[in-house]
Amino acid sequence: MLLLQIDTAFIVEKSILITVILLGSLGIAMYATWAERKVSAVMQDRIGPNRAGPFGLFQPLADGLKLFFKEEIIPDRSTRFIFILGPCLAMLTATMTSAVIPWGPDYVTASGHVFSFQVADINIGILFVFGVVSLGVYGVMLGGWASNNKFSLLSSIRAASQAISYELAMGISLIALLMMTGSLSLRDIVAQQHGFWSDGYFSWNFFKQPLAFIIFLTCAFAELARAPFDLPECDSELNMGYHQEYSSMKLGFYLFSEYINLFISSTILITLFFGGYNFPFMDLVATHVPSLLFAVICISVLLTKVILMILFFMAVRWTLPRFRYDQLMKLGWKSLIPLALVNMLITGIVILWVKK
Amino acid sequence: MQKLTNRSVQIDRSPMTFGERIYLPALAKGLGITLGHIFKKKATIRYPEEKRPFSPVFRGLHILNRDEQGAERCTACGLCALACPAEAITMEAAERKPGEENLYREEKYAAKYEINMLRCIFCGYCEEACPKDAIYLTETVMPSNYTRESFIYKKEDLLIPNPIKQDSK
Repeated sequence: MLLLQIDTAFIVEKSILITVILLGSLGIAMYATWAERKVSAVMQDRIGPNRAGPFGLFQPLADGLKLFFKEEIIPDRSTRFIFILGPCLAMLTATMTSAVIPWGPDYVTASGHVFSFQVADINIGILFVFGVVSLGVYGVMLGGWASNNKFSLLSSIRAASQAISYELAMGISLIALLMMTGSLSLRDIVAQQHGFWSDGYFSWNFFKQPLAFIIFLTCAFAELARAPFDLPECDSELNMGYHQEYSSMKLGFYLFSEYINLFISSTILITLFFGGYNFPFMDLVATHVPSLLFAVICISVLLTKVILMILFFMAVRWTLPRFRYDQLMKLGWKSLIPLALVNMLITGIVILWVKK
Repeated sequence: MQKLTNRSVQIDRSPMTFGERIYLPALAKGLGITLGHIFKKKATIRYPEEKRPFSPVFRGLHILNRDEQGAERCTACGLCALACPAEAITMEAAERKPGEENLYREEKYAAKYEINMLRCIFCGYCEEACPKDAIYLTETVMPSNYTRESFIYKKEDLLIPNPIKQDSK
């Protein structure tokens, strides 16, 4: 008889890490809704919500409670199972990607036990992220179909076609990056961007692949269905598109998964291009500071970068006018894919030339 | 074709320059404008800590006036009720008893005077129609309430306090 040795310490440690990361991403997404309203307000010469607590900090709680108390309406002729499945899928895929992101450096305890801040260090990290993002399209499509509403269906088809068009350009732009790093694992990508300056040049990938960054950023905007690519869900053009028939917490899930996606996309962008948790002079800091405090400093540096990126996303939303659907498709297929291919070509040529 | 004014501008149909096509310089310029607005003064008025000043002819809640001796001006003549286009005012008259000369100006006064605030449209016709300068529309904005009955304002709610005795009748 085989006795299975279950490493309970490992399970407990990973469970705690998963819980902390999940609650953290939910909390940050919640306050991203608050920040969105405040930031858009100050950019439009007004103040945002300031009544629900100091500086309106309890506003997300008020919004969540409002959505809980609303009546749950399921249309009579809708496909009931898929109707309920849609927002659940959106929420699932939004939270699943946070498992492979390295949130901080490894922390080695005094007894030699290595505590990793990454839930799952799989060697196909970035490919997993792409797979999950592609699954996210299902949430949108199922929501539109199950509503039994022609306009919701049209809107969800538009959203899905936008998402899959920009996934291609995203993937191709990353191939150039991965040719340079040589590994798909996110931990290796972050480890290669150690510090800020190495071997006579910046170590962060933003300086090595600026064109790939611009293409990836544009595709991230389109994947999140965020302005200027927000035709599927623009507030003033359609009457709510694919989430028209939803009420109460199912709608809450759709809206909330959008902000969780925003947080996770910003984190992926920072991890790939801006060095993740690395910062200049980190080796100097590591020698002077106990290693747990160093890990905490790295995590806070990562979160600061992510917050700055989220603020950039919000600033662009209120700067650019919306793209029309045909302009959007033209940009995705006829401009970004050739540009990404050219970038890949140039990267390949330069790598081969330098290797000689 | 003859132009009507000389303000027309010829549409520029020249093809986009490279800078316009890549869109990024326009994005940078736009971000500069948007981020610049963060540091400008905000146009919001933080009600109820700050209030916008009303003009002197603003038509708000009604009050029933008193004269310099403290007697009520209203004689229940009914002209305000007649003038009201929404039929919001109702009143009942009463005769002044011999001992109440300092309370009411003339022999007739209003025993019951009610304005239904849900009907009132704040047009100010009652103020224009009153021959005794008794009813005025002030700057107070009407507050909200829970039941329909609480919107029928009685004479006690409308009459201003006695300036001499500092108590209201």
